[in-house]
Amino acid sequence: MLTFSEAMTKFEPTLGLEVHVELNTKSKMFCGCATEFGAAPNTQTCPVCLGLPGSLPVVNKRAIESTILIGLALNCEIAPFSRFARKNYFYPDMPKNFQTSQYDEPICKNGFLDVQIETDEGPKKFRIEIERVHMEEDTGKSSHVGGATGRIHGAEYSLLDYNRAGIPLIEIVTKMITGTGKYAPQVARAYVTELRDIVKSLQVSDVRMEQGSLRCDANVSLAPISSGKLGTRSETKNVNSLRSIERAVQSEIERHANLLSKGERVVQETRHFLEDSGLTRPGRSKEQAEDYRYFPEPDLVPVAPTKELIESLRKKLPEKPSERRKRLQQEWNVPDKEMTAMVNADLLDTVAQTIEAGAEKTLARSWWMGEISRIANEKNVVPTQLIAINDVVELINLISTGELTDKLARQVLAGVIDGEGNPKSVMEKRGLKVVSDDSALMQAIAAAIAAQPETAEKVRAGNIPASGALIGAVMKSTGGQANAARVRELLLKHLGQQP
Amino acid sequence: MAGISREEVANLARLARIQMSDEELDHLSGEMQVILSAVAKVQEVANSDVPPTSHPIPITNVTREDVVTKSLTVEQALSGAPKKSEDRFQVPQILGEE
Ligand SMILES: [Zn+2]
Repeated sequence: MLTFSEAMTKFEPTLGLEVHVELNTKSKMFCGCATEFGAAPNTQTCPVCLGLPGSLPVVNKRAIESTILIGLALNCEIAPFSRFARKNYFYPDMPKNFQTSQYDEPICKNGFLDVQIETDEGPKKFRIEIERVHMEEDTGKSSHVGGATGRIHGAEYSLLDYNRAGIPLIEIVTKMITGTGKYAPQVARAYVTELRDIVKSLQVSDVRMEQGSLRCDANVSLAPISSGKLGTRSETKNVNSLRSIERAVQSEIERHANLLSKGERVVQETRHFLEDSGLTRPGRSKEQAEDYRYFPEPDLVPVAPTKELIESLRKKLPEKPSERRKRLQQEWNVPDKEMTAMVNADLLDTVAQTIEAGAEKTLARSWWMGEISRIANEKNVVPTQLIAINDVVELINLISTGELTDKLARQVLAGVIDGEGNPKSVMEKRGLKVVSDDSALMQAIAAAIAAQPETAEKVRAGNIPASGALIGAVMKSTGGQANAARVRELLLKHLGQQP
Repeated sequence: MAGISREEVANLARLARIQMSDEELDHLSGEMQVILSAVAKVQEVANSDVPPTSHPIPITNVTREDVVTKSLTVEQALSGAPKKSEDRFQVPQILGEE
């Protein structure tokens, strides 16, 4: 068995990535049916998306604008004239027996996206060329009953829910990605991550891989280094997390390398990624040669975006995620490592929103990346499911104003997570407020001095570090609810020292 | 002149999952030949100054606003289905998929 690094001394990989993004329009691509996720089966269908005879599709204007926005963000040319085409195939996930897509006239083409990866040799940049961005529609959802699961003997059939059929889907196809060498898996992941962040910043899709609103197919082929040849490719589907993209590309490279080095050949086929093992297996045997018999869709008129529309959309483009990251890093003054950690934890936006809502920068980062992430990890949820940003802002502000210590804030956080209310009310209900009443603190200080007169003498004589024991006693007697800095100040003054 | 072979017709039938007997294939190959001949005649007239078109009326950008309209009820949606189960369309399994 060749390992990945051994394989990379003999072969060089070529990648091709196809990303599908479901747009977040309220209605479908060609009809007014709702697009809400998780609705009861077949409650969001109509004659158009069911492909009933005589029905006529009309394009959703916002879907076109969203696609142009994606194209502009990916540095694409926007076609002044583009048409829809029928992709004919016989499979029950499309009740029309064809998918309305685009063929030789995509709305956006020839773009690029720059990505950066961290390597042992420092950061490396790669430019990923984009072949095309085109519009199509999503398919229905099929579930298969019987057969392999064998519970219903002899009954092999499929059940179809067409709620998803007709939801606007954007396909983004790269040109062949070469020259990545051993970094191919990382580059693939970095590309999809950057693409996801860009689409998210445009607010045209939820881009949630776990819900399928962003899906990636990875084409991989290998050729001997410097052979100038192109190997046979495999296409891996069902890759539904960023980490899986990296794993799937790596495992396909290893599989190809082992076949080729044994003198066997790679079969051109569709494969499925297996989340558990990180390996791939052959997918269903598709129509032998893909023969979709594309032809221009006669029921839809061409899309011809005007220069004015394109320019007005260009003006709407938000700051690029990569530039935004750079800016935030400077504003927050954090090292690369911490920035990468936030990006990888998918908490960058959350931290940014927390700071924008008025929380102190360092506390915003340390609470999200620290205690909140720790509890989220324990409960196996993502941090933002655990607590609302508003509540974190409130908690941090209570720390900033000195009403809560770090320790008390942890208890308040636990209460908020347990559903006891917002931080202020948890603080009040649990009686966790910092004792800031000086006379109450002075009472506790007097008691501590009375209990440890010798220590107090040392401090009076100028041994400031000795005061730690007394401060500790005060913190203990107030149940940790005193502001240690204030206690120190009052104590030292009381014993005739400069705080 | 454009032609279509019996094999090509058989392949089209396979792609569309339409089962055809030998007689039907013979018959259809002949009929499609007639249609293609007619199309070929039109192509003779179409010079390079006639752009290919997919729509009889030269209009562009017919769109609708992104507004949700009423969908069919499940009962209405499934009313034409030969078979149904659990509010879904029931169809024979076509390809062995997981
Ligand atoms: Zn519909």
